Amino acid sequence: MNVQTKDSEQDHGYPDTTVGKPILESDIKVAARDVSVFYGEKQAIKSVSLDVAANEVTAFIGPSGCGKSTFLRALNRMNDTIDICRVTGDIRLDGEDVYDRKVDVVQLRARVGMVFQKPNPFPKSIFENVAYGPRIHGLVSHKSELEEIVHSSLERAGLLNEVKDRLDTPGTGLSGGQQQRLCIARAIAVSPEVILMDEPCSALDPIATAKIEELIDELRANYTIVIVTHSMQQAARVSQRTAFFHLGNLVEMGDTETIFTNPEHRLTQGYITGRFG
Amino acid sequence: MALTVAPGPNDHTVRSFDAELERLSNTVVRTGGVVEAQLAGAAQALIRRDSVLAAEVAARDVDVDVLEQDIQDHAIRLLALRQPVAEDLRQIVGALRIAGDLERVGDYAANVAKRSMVVNQSPPVRVVAALPRMLGLAQEIVKEVLDAYVERDVDRAVAVWHRDEDLDALHTSLFRELVSYMSEDPRNITACSHLMFIAKNIERIGDHATNIAEMVHYLVLGRPLRETRPRGEDFLPDPGSLPDPQV
Repeated sequence: MNVQTKDSEQDHGYPDTTVGKPILESDIKVAARDVSVFYGEKQAIKSVSLDVAANEVTAFIGPSGCGKSTFLRALNRMNDTIDICRVTGDIRLDGEDVYDRKVDVVQLRARVGMVFQKPNPFPKSIFENVAYGPRIHGLVSHKSELEEIVHSSLERAGLLNEVKDRLDTPGTGLSGGQQQRLCIARAIAVSPEVILMDEPCSALDPIATAKIEELIDELRANYTIVIVTHSMQQAARVSQRTAFFHLGNLVEMGDTETIFTNPEHRLTQGYITGRFG
Repeated sequence: MALTVAPGPNDHTVRSFDAELERLSNTVVRTGGVVEAQLAGAAQALIRRDSVLAAEVAARDVDVDVLEQDIQDHAIRLLALRQPVAEDLRQIVGALRIAGDLERVGDYAANVAKRSMVVNQSPPVRVVAALPRMLGLAQEIVKEVLDAYVERDVDRAVAVWHRDEDLDALHTSLFRELVSYMSEDPRNITACSHLMFIAKNIERIGDHATNIAEMVHYLVLGRPLRETRPRGEDFLPDPGSLPDPQV
């Protein structure tokens, strides 16, 4: 099978372009170089190189099947669970190779947490949902410590006030928006450095969406966030940088303001203005 | 007139949006047409000392105001309902800004017409021969910039933008001439003062045309026109170059 090389950037007719202000070397949290992802014979990601800046929200946008979720999942090796999936290239978290044999994948996923499209709380109490991670990762030695983590995580996820009197009730009994914030609290509880969000608001109403967006903006102070979204307005509202994917290629990446007022590439323009053929 | 909204790689998936953008753009062009006619009418009224025509031009200014309001309402509706981005956003903001400038050009044309009625009450002043040149140039500039908008032609817009310098130069020389006529014979002062305001109005029309040229540049390329050019409002004649009013 052909592994794509950097030269192949010429093949797809649109060399990756970066618009707006560049990311400083010292601000790079995740660096992907020449990353390709294959599902069996099919190449889903074609030699993508991009940087994710620390304490910023980076949005991945693009039409369905463009590879944005695949690329997101490659960042914390979620694709490892798919047998026919193969990743080539280089992904580094703070300079460390994520795909190195010595990397403990469970530890990696604690450092790079994930929030999914549909809220998926465990069928346990609200408390246990958040306590699960710190407990299995051995982050706590006392019950009081665990309670402290659960409370602070729920607080950071903006959920504590709504649930503090019913921590022992099932997480599945919360509303959709609350469940998603519970999942964010669960991700935060293991002190991740990066949070990957795969369409976190697509199952939520506008008010719940606004709360999550507000939360994302607050979380940015302490975490690096990468969000995949189908809502262009959401990408424009929450992110500082936006990357546009098409047919497995990174077409253009730049600061969000530039992407949404004056994108470099016609494909990006066509997609964000709703002209995609 | 072949009018198109700047062509994208494809039309919008929601085709009614294309139709709306085209209608907005068409209204801007229609407003431009009315403003051109107003300017031509004002020029004729001044040159032929035709007060009836001047009154007609002054009365028709309301048409331009109505069109501008229409563009503004439509643009705001599109912003609220379509949440446009990138070139769509620039088209809409561009239409809004250009409509504002056209409305001002319309006001100046009406002002020229109104003042010409006053000027007609005095005997003709020789200098009035220099005004048709200014008016002709202002009309050309307005026509050119509207063509640049219709064609979304940046080169043409930049060319118009530079031509405003000529209008400023004409204004400066006319200003000096008027001052000297007034010094020669105080009976000229009333007419010449009005002509001075008329000249200033025409000069301002050029400034609004340059604004429109800058908008065309922005809505096509997404970045502002940054070259520097002497602006009309900076016009401050060197005192030494003016005739001594005591003479």
